[in-house]
Amino acid sequence: MYRRCSALLALVAEAMALRTLASRKALVAAALGGARPLSAARGVATFALPDLTYDYGALEPAISGEIMQLHHQKHHAAYVANYNKALEQLDAAVAKGDASAVVQLQSVIKFNGGGHVNHSIFWKNLKPVSEGGGEPPHEKLGWAIDEDFGSFEALVKKVNAEGAALQGSGWVWLALDKEAKKLRVETTANQDPLVTKGINLVPLLGIDVWEHAYYLQYKNVRPDYLSNIWKVMNWKYAGEVYENATA
Amino acid sequence: MNDVADDESASDAETEENADANGDTVDALESSDPDEVGPVTWIEQQPLPYPSDALEPYISKETVEQHWGIHQHIHVERLNGMIGGSEWEGMSLGQMMLSSFNEGREAPHPPFFHAAQIWNHDFYWRSMQPGGGSKPSERLLKFIKRDFGSYDGMIQQFMDAALTQFGSGWVWLSYKGSKLPHVNSRSPIPSDNYGRLVISKTPNAINPLVWGHSPLLAIDVWEHAYYLDYEDRRADYVSTFLEKLLSWETVESRLKKAVIRAIERDGHVSRKHVRKQLLAQGKSRIRARPQQANENARGQTSSQEKPLGV
Repeated sequence: MYRRCSALLALVAEAMALRTLASRKALVAAALGGARPLSAARGVATFALPDLTYDYGALEPAISGEIMQLHHQKHHAAYVANYNKALEQLDAAVAKGDASAVVQLQSVIKFNGGGHVNHSIFWKNLKPVSEGGGEPPHEKLGWAIDEDFGSFEALVKKVNAEGAALQGSGWVWLALDKEAKKLRVETTANQDPLVTKGINLVPLLGIDVWEHAYYLQYKNVRPDYLSNIWKVMNWKYAGEVYENATA
Repeated sequence: MNDVADDESASDAETEENADANGDTVDALESSDPDEVGPVTWIEQQPLPYPSDALEPYISKETVEQHWGIHQHIHVERLNGMIGGSEWEGMSLGQMMLSSFNEGREAPHPPFFHAAQIWNHDFYWRSMQPGGGSKPSERLLKFIKRDFGSYDGMIQQFMDAALTQFGSGWVWLSYKGSKLPHVNSRSPIPSDNYGRLVISKTPNAINPLVWGHSPLLAIDVWEHAYYLDYEDRRADYVSTFLEKLLSWETVESRLKKAVIRAIERDGHVSRKHVRKQLLAQGKSRIRARPQQANENARGQTSSQEKPLGV
């Protein structure tokens, strides 16, 4: 009788854990705006590499097609694969009640999950010139930039400076602080997502300053990469995110 | 040289020896001609120990010229621009690196990033040789087997460290002495109390010298080190480094010096060594308790000690 009870409890616990896992993933998936998770046999949701809405070569000459292809098909794909693997291992560890395994998986999850989150945003931040890439922000976001930075040029200068000064690998962001209702420039290290700098921060634009994002084309001259990437920046998307967050 | 904090002087001295032992870090102080325009060169990077195409086909000439000639050189330029009139003026590269690390409590001072990267890269180039790879000597293999179980076990640990350095950084094989830095007592962890080989990974510019370890080899896993030749395939780059480029002779000679330094610094000797010494000197205190034997040994001059069986 006792054994049946505890088995039942274990089943309930596992189902609850899985359901929480699945619902959390659904939230994340919704936040990513449509990277629909696939269902695996065990019921653990997995993540998929999102497609680009433009060809690899469409951002030239700002970013080479070679870089775009490697960046998407190798780097981002690896984050997705390793993230899924880590989540499966996490699920198994949670089900077994293996606390130290759960803790040990955190850095792999943070790195690969963060990489997936960040790059999913990044592809949407970029647009070919022919489709509006590089056109400066208008209306609400444009006014907010003028108010919080003085001018659009001042914002670009600040992002470039912070991106160039970042030691090692990381990202530079234009963020909306939802609580303070102000725009901020932030940097994160390695693949840390923007939320690690503040729970109220919404990413409007992120620029990858890992060497893999520019090395084949710009070598060590990160400042050239930064000044050129504005030519393919998708301000329309940033504006939409801003208006949704401030609605 | 400038005064440094007491508890740093030991590790500074070690670094000095480290740097010198590994082929002379060059400090060039140009004559201070007041009419002279242009930057002063306080620190220089060591020259490449082989031609820039010598590591082909494993690391291309283009990578070496870009990596040594531009990346490392920019660190030299930046560092030299920071030194004049600062508290670091007159220090050697190693001293500058350790003192600007700020003991890791807060962010390091600005020179650390550049000083450490210059040091790390000098060490990296000298960890490789054309036609390197092959296997360690029998003597070195003994240590490897003792501390990693097997040669393959060590390689596996290397790969794991390299692939879990999530971002830019370095992977190291180091010799860790038997004492905790700045602490004057025995560790309750048995393996802390004898010198051993360890593999570690460090982010960005940090290196194990700041922990008081003696590095034996360094692998640069910043993307710029391998991207032109291997793209995203860090694992291929690291295993090629280990199989084709690594200079085990250099590792072994660095290890010999590291063990001597550790003995001098930590006063550590093994029981076997103490017994040999006492026998050699015809004294019969061999039956003494290990504690006693070690204390006796510490009283003897270290110049007589050889790094046997550590």
